[in-house]
Amino acid sequence: MKPSSFEYVRPESLAETLDLLHQDPEESKVLAGGQSLVPMMNFRLARPSRLIDINRVPGLAGTRVEGDRLVIGTRTRHLAVQNMSGADPLARLLRSAAAHVGHLPIRTRGTFGGSLAHSDAASEWCLIARLLDATMVVESRARGRREIPAADFFLSIFTTAMEPDELLVEVSLPRLGDEHRTGFAEFARRAGDFAIVAVTTDLAVEKGVVTHARVCIGGVADTPFRSGAAEATLVGQRLDDDIATSPLARAAAEAAASEVDPPSDAHGDAPYRRDLVRAMLTSSLAQGVAR
Amino acid sequence: MIGESLQRVEDPVLLRGQGRFAADVTLPGQLHMRVVRSPVAHGRIRSIDTSAARALPGVAAVWTHDDIADLPPIAFRLTPIESMLPYRQPVLARGRVRYVGEPVAVVFAESEYLAEDAAELVDVEVEALPATVDPTGEPTPWLDAEEVAWTAVEAADGAGRDNESATIHLEYGDPDAAFAAAAHVFDVDVRVGRHSGVPMECRGGSAHVDAATGVLMVNGAAKVPFWNRDAIAQMVGRSPHEVQLIEGHVGGGFGPRGELYPEDVLVPLATIRLGRPVRWVEDRQEHLTTCNHSRDQRHRLRAAVDETGLITALDGEFWADQGAYVRTHGATVAGLTASMLPGPYLLPSYRITGHVRMSNKTPAGTYRSPGRYEGTFARERLIDAIANGLGLDRIELRRRNFIPADAMPYRRPILAMGTELVYDSGDYALLMDRMEETFDLPTLREEVAARREAGELVGIGYGWFVEKSGLGPSEGARVMVDTGGSALVTTGASSVGQGVDTVLSQVVGEVLDLDLDRIRTVRGQTEHFNYGRGAFATRQSVMVGNAVLESALAVRAKALRVAAHHLEIDEADLELVRGRVQVVGTPGTGLGLGEIAALLEPHRAKAIGEEPGLTCDGWFHSDHMTYPYGVHVAVVQIDRGTGKPTLERFLVGYDVGKALNHLLVEGQITGGAAQGIGGALYEEFRYAEDGQPQATTFMDYLMPTMAEMPEFGVLVTEDAPSPLNPLGVKGAGEGGTTATAAAIASAVDDALSRPGSVTQTPIRPDLIRQLISEPGHEQSPNQKEH
Repeated sequence: MKPSSFEYVRPESLAETLDLLHQDPEESKVLAGGQSLVPMMNFRLARPSRLIDINRVPGLAGTRVEGDRLVIGTRTRHLAVQNMSGADPLARLLRSAAAHVGHLPIRTRGTFGGSLAHSDAASEWCLIARLLDATMVVESRARGRREIPAADFFLSIFTTAMEPDELLVEVSLPRLGDEHRTGFAEFARRAGDFAIVAVTTDLAVEKGVVTHARVCIGGVADTPFRSGAAEATLVGQRLDDDIATSPLARAAAEAAASEVDPPSDAHGDAPYRRDLVRAMLTSSLAQGVAR
Repeated sequence: MIGESLQRVEDPVLLRGQGRFAADVTLPGQLHMRVVRSPVAHGRIRSIDTSAARALPGVAAVWTHDDIADLPPIAFRLTPIESMLPYRQPVLARGRVRYVGEPVAVVFAESEYLAEDAAELVDVEVEALPATVDPTGEPTPWLDAEEVAWTAVEAADGAGRDNESATIHLEYGDPDAAFAAAAHVFDVDVRVGRHSGVPMECRGGSAHVDAATGVLMVNGAAKVPFWNRDAIAQMVGRSPHEVQLIEGHVGGGFGPRGELYPEDVLVPLATIRLGRPVRWVEDRQEHLTTCNHSRDQRHRLRAAVDETGLITALDGEFWADQGAYVRTHGATVAGLTASMLPGPYLLPSYRITGHVRMSNKTPAGTYRSPGRYEGTFARERLIDAIANGLGLDRIELRRRNFIPADAMPYRRPILAMGTELVYDSGDYALLMDRMEETFDLPTLREEVAARREAGELVGIGYGWFVEKSGLGPSEGARVMVDTGGSALVTTGASSVGQGVDTVLSQVVGEVLDLDLDRIRTVRGQTEHFNYGRGAFATRQSVMVGNAVLESALAVRAKALRVAAHHLEIDEADLELVRGRVQVVGTPGTGLGLGEIAALLEPHRAKAIGEEPGLTCDGWFHSDHMTYPYGVHVAVVQIDRGTGKPTLERFLVGYDVGKALNHLLVEGQITGGAAQGIGGALYEEFRYAEDGQPQATTFMDYLMPTMAEMPEFGVLVTEDAPSPLNPLGVKGAGEGGTTATAAAIASAVDDALSRPGSVTQTPIRPDLIRQLISEPGHEQSPNQKEH
């Protein structure tokens, strides 16, 4: 459980970081919170020959509001997201999702951008990014800044559309008006475990009718899965107060469960994951209404 | 002092982070050992190329089996059944690998990093063979004749062996007649999953040869240092006095930790052969794939029952998945399963056959409540099936079958761990009464029923059990009071973290009326005592506790005698108070124990006809075990959509005869229950069809955490002191664990209103969800009309 030999560098600026990535993109790895990378290195599943520690680079952490967007710096710790203020639907959603990320020590060290760049299809931030059609801002010395929509960002497990010399710098999310009802529900065997299935939802509701619906599911595919079937089921329908037992929730849950093609593994076979999709989707919708 | 809930004397050092665990010992000039392990579950080793590893700068040596071909397999420490000898594990794989993680080669290098680098360079070519992952069918070939000849020396008969390494059979009464006459017959076919004790501290140790004395010093000992000293001495060709084992702090034992494994032999052997200190610290992945697994039994049981619900016979078969080799525990787990299966019930007739089967999994051994956890699950599932089939209350049926208090001591005509199985004392019905009252079970049952009525899936379940503790044959102790008036207690006890220092000090403190800070205990040091059977089978308090009592009483008698002589006062007029022998009722008179110790300096002792020193040895011998008993009550709520069970409450009633320290007994029970809950709901070493382990990290091996723990209630009773020892104690170490799976399964059945639905552990949410979505049937499938 000791990593193979590697070089460790700790740049002091973004420019220096991008220079280092430019020199040896294939063999370098960026170290932020290290909550996934370091264990993988200890298991020797990851063997970067150079580790670029961005913990001293200024300007990469923190959140800011820019018009109708919320921008989250890549090195913002999970705990900082969990401690975010704000009574708007987006802040509530982020806080509720953050509470599901690992345990307190992991949330204290692990980062928002690190989780996205790691691209685990069941991770909370990957789901939220895909749900809200976030914009990923990446930067390299060779090509400067570019933006990647979340829909194009996640390619597979542990694989994103970023080039090896690129750094994820920040993520921009749309702020949500008061007509939005958001929810986040995940199922794990123990508190703090990786989700077996997670579902997050965002409904825009006007005069009791769903005008816009987004449903994103983790744990059923190689990337966060937007359930078009569930979204179509919800749009245009009237929301019951007791949504958990409503025919609409049941219909949406069935639509999502039929649409997904989940894997079978030691944590649950495909039929069980479909059951979990039903249960988590219902629970996520109920959260949105219960607020 | 005895019985008081004193805080542990061990804790201040541990809480300050000043403990000395295996990995805290570093030796100047030490080499680091790294084991190259089999990546496949079963195969023939075609070649092992170590040249690249040996060529790496900083690598001192790389060994394969050829380098240690003179080493015999490790011997059995317990339950040494002859038929099992050929199934023992070579220290390094010999031609064939039989589980993922089996040591194939070993690297010694200047750093842990280099050792891992070099281990990666060892090129092992294995021709994969089909793997056995479910050995409960017909026996299959396992060892060829050559392997038998090599491992077993005397047992060689030119034949190979199949994968049934031992068959256990116990029987009394007339089961066939009982079944012929039975009004009802019920049966179950159930499985307990593979899990094990996973201590916070992984295995590890270090060794060096002390240049000044030539003694081989071995750090990292735990549980059974004296047996391990003798075994290591024999394997490396030394006399036991030339080998010294040193037990530091131990981060949990639970059965697996402390047994003699291949790595524990390689470290001292390499120290001698390479002339350098050697250290090995296991990592967690190694631990989960190579340290002893446990449980993994399938039981097919049937009961003959008369019109009144009295069980007239229990009959059945079980299969224990031993994994790839038989290690130090021999047939202990299967043996205990068979002998303890009857539990608290009368059972006039009994017949059981146990099959110890080999498979391509990590070898198995004991884990807290070995054999009883499995057997209790199977038996209590059967008892629930009977209750349901007869329409009787689950508790009422148990009460009808309990061994009555007036039948104690109750002899069951079979052996347990080589001793006659005599339940020494007990009043099972009384403990159930006390549980009803203490935790107001009638109200609890009403609440659960009302919630279920309102639509919740919630249920209550029970598991009854008898434990065993205090395995003999002997333990000794030496209590010595120094001239400063403080006591040094030296024993062959071992601590795996259970608080043995505290309870032994309490016994001495009680007898000599000394505060605990005037008492120091020495244990786990082979240099300081010459005998100790070890910290297993819940035996330390019973065996060592009584030996310490014996020696402390002798010290007190000697102190009174010497003081009486010196003060020229009749002994009857003296008493020992606050570490001082005084005239009865007159503080400030007489002599302190330190002064008496000074009177016993050798030349002065000789003058008064006494042996030198205020010190006495005490021994305690026992031919029979003690039998504590208890009941577990679980309340489980189930989420319909996900099948997720939430253990809301867990209640334990346990009679330990006499508690030396109530706080520690409750801690033992709660910790034991937490581990039992882990096995019942979360932990499982699953294997793929090809024998690849599926749980090799804590991501997949689900240890329960604080968040998964229920609200606990613990009732410790002292209604049935053991008549077998002066303290009246029975062990407290394992009864928190024994019936957890049984009680939780019973509660899940109850929550689903489907008796008999739980047939395996861990009771995973996907399995429960499956039960929920199946069309339910109200009656148990267990009953067969007869």
